[in-house]
Amino acid sequence: MTAADRASQTDVRLDDARDLRPEREAITRPAGPRARGERSTVPKAGFRSYYGRPVLQPIPWTDHDIAGYLFLGGLAGASSTLAAAADLTGRRCLARAAKAGAACALGGSLYALIHDLGRPARFLNMLRVFKVTSPMSVGAWILGAYGPPTGLAALTAVTGRLPRTGRAATATAGLIGPALATYTAALIADTAVPVWHEAYRELPWLFAGSAAASAGGLGMLAAPVSEAGPARNLAVAGALAEYAAARRMERRLGMVARPLGTGRGGVLLRLGKALNMTGAVAAQTLARRDRAAAVGAGAALLAGALCTRFGIFHAGLESSRDPRYTVQPQRARLEAATARESGS
Amino acid sequence: MAFDLDLALAAPYDPASASGYAEHPERMGFFTDTSVCIGCKACEVACKEWNAIPDDPLGFTGMSYDNTGGLGASTWRHVAFIEQPGRTAGADGTEFRWLMSSDVCKHCTHAACLDVCPTGSLFRTEFGTVVVQEDICNGCGYCVPACPYGVIARRERDGLAWKCTMCYDRLGVGQEPACAKSCPTDSIQFGELSELRARAERRLARLHEAGVGSARLYGHDPGDGVGGTGAFSLLLDEPEVYGLPPDPVVTTRDLSAMWRHVALAATALLATVAVTGLGSRS
Repeated sequence: MTAADRASQTDVRLDDARDLRPEREAITRPAGPRARGERSTVPKAGFRSYYGRPVLQPIPWTDHDIAGYLFLGGLAGASSTLAAAADLTGRRCLARAAKAGAACALGGSLYALIHDLGRPARFLNMLRVFKVTSPMSVGAWILGAYGPPTGLAALTAVTGRLPRTGRAATATAGLIGPALATYTAALIADTAVPVWHEAYRELPWLFAGSAAASAGGLGMLAAPVSEAGPARNLAVAGALAEYAAARRMERRLGMVARPLGTGRGGVLLRLGKALNMTGAVAAQTLARRDRAAAVGAGAALLAGALCTRFGIFHAGLESSRDPRYTVQPQRARLEAATARESGS
Repeated sequence: MAFDLDLALAAPYDPASASGYAEHPERMGFFTDTSVCIGCKACEVACKEWNAIPDDPLGFTGMSYDNTGGLGASTWRHVAFIEQPGRTAGADGTEFRWLMSSDVCKHCTHAACLDVCPTGSLFRTEFGTVVVQEDICNGCGYCVPACPYGVIARRERDGLAWKCTMCYDRLGVGQEPACAKSCPTDSIQFGELSELRARAERRLARLHEAGVGSARLYGHDPGDGVGGTGAFSLLLDEPEVYGLPPDPVVTTRDLSAMWRHVALAATALLATVAVTGLGSRS
């Protein structure tokens, strides 16, 4: 082993410290609760850190709750809007399916949000204040406004009672739905997690597209082919928007985007993209005629949206775990500022 | 008066006045001069004792004398140890340098944790510090990824977010925080922030005169990405060597732009459904 190899195993050192004493080799992995027993596989060259430890705290959220909520909230919101459109055009099966789907997704959302709290019994503390600086606070109020009409719309559609109340509730939920489907982008972008924060321009579009694709998928899955036209169109538009936003995001973010292409996040995002494209192509071809193909395409779109949200979530976890994503862009920013000052 | 997000997030300003205190004491803060830190960890112990913080599982980390690891829900002061062989410590010509630094919550002028807290549990005190109210916090954990310094964390055993309060209870009765009180070398200095900033500038000039060219201040500048911190430091190397972000920015600085994109995307979603759904009547 050369001196350079040994030196590369220690995280805190100076570039001129070539000859490290042999016992420095004992320090080969950072331990402690935050290291979680795994060492970053990314080479340490090019930036300095405190024993390779993350600068940020580990994100305390679990993927099945929060990534699940990102998916369910999007599905619910876009489904409500689709239901309103279906109502207005007299597509009763599609409307009923979208309303029921929205209500179920809403239920799942509420469960995930409450389950993820450190103190679930204090859920209502969310409604103590309204803070525009906190997307979670805004989201709690959006859910508060969206929940009752969505539940009412589903109940009236399934039971067939109170049709006028049902129409009003459907329209209300349909108007609030897009807010629920997209605010979650601000929710995760308004953090110090590099890949989430830096993507704040694209995430709302990606989430809107993903939500539209999943709602379209649900409509294709549940409604007969003759009524599912709007669902198929929405699915294709959503899948295309999601694809374009993701592509732009990966290009614009530079090295910060790396967790979007590697690790669990990268795998999930690629899988999501493949499922989405398959579903979208099928939606405009086979699914226009064949019920079974429509079910398959709808399921692929739903699974694709789920993979996308989980992928974005896991990319964020990786982005916060590796100090390079925090340190390198900030260091580059400082150096650029210094260069500008000395240049002018 | 209409609420103006950009104005509320603009720097620099007096956080206590901006939070609605008509009359309030001077903004208080910490100045941690790491050039005189001896790594005794008295601050860590005093903090734990005074605030009755539960223990953390201790282990051997292999990180010099640092077996604490980092700040967390049950660690509100953390002393970092960095061994630098081949580096001259100062004028005496030693070929080894041992950096020690006591880290703490920065009590930012623009505090992301406070901005994103959905319950109002995190609040700005009359001293300009940022404190969690444990009887309000519902453990949503949003403050944790929002903090650009990785300070605040959620405690497993009670599910609540915890961090340094700058000993809010002691400040209220004119006492200095436990860590500053216990620091034997006055590496941790507590006082009015404006006075501390002036003192830090003098100390920096003296160190530069003495030939310690690596000395620099961190967090003292009200023009930085968080509007300056209430707890700032004099460091002897780049911030990232101590585990600190070199150029942190409060995430809510871009929040207006985020909401604009969300509003546009939501409108586009609504319009797309309208076009694809209503355009093709069955």
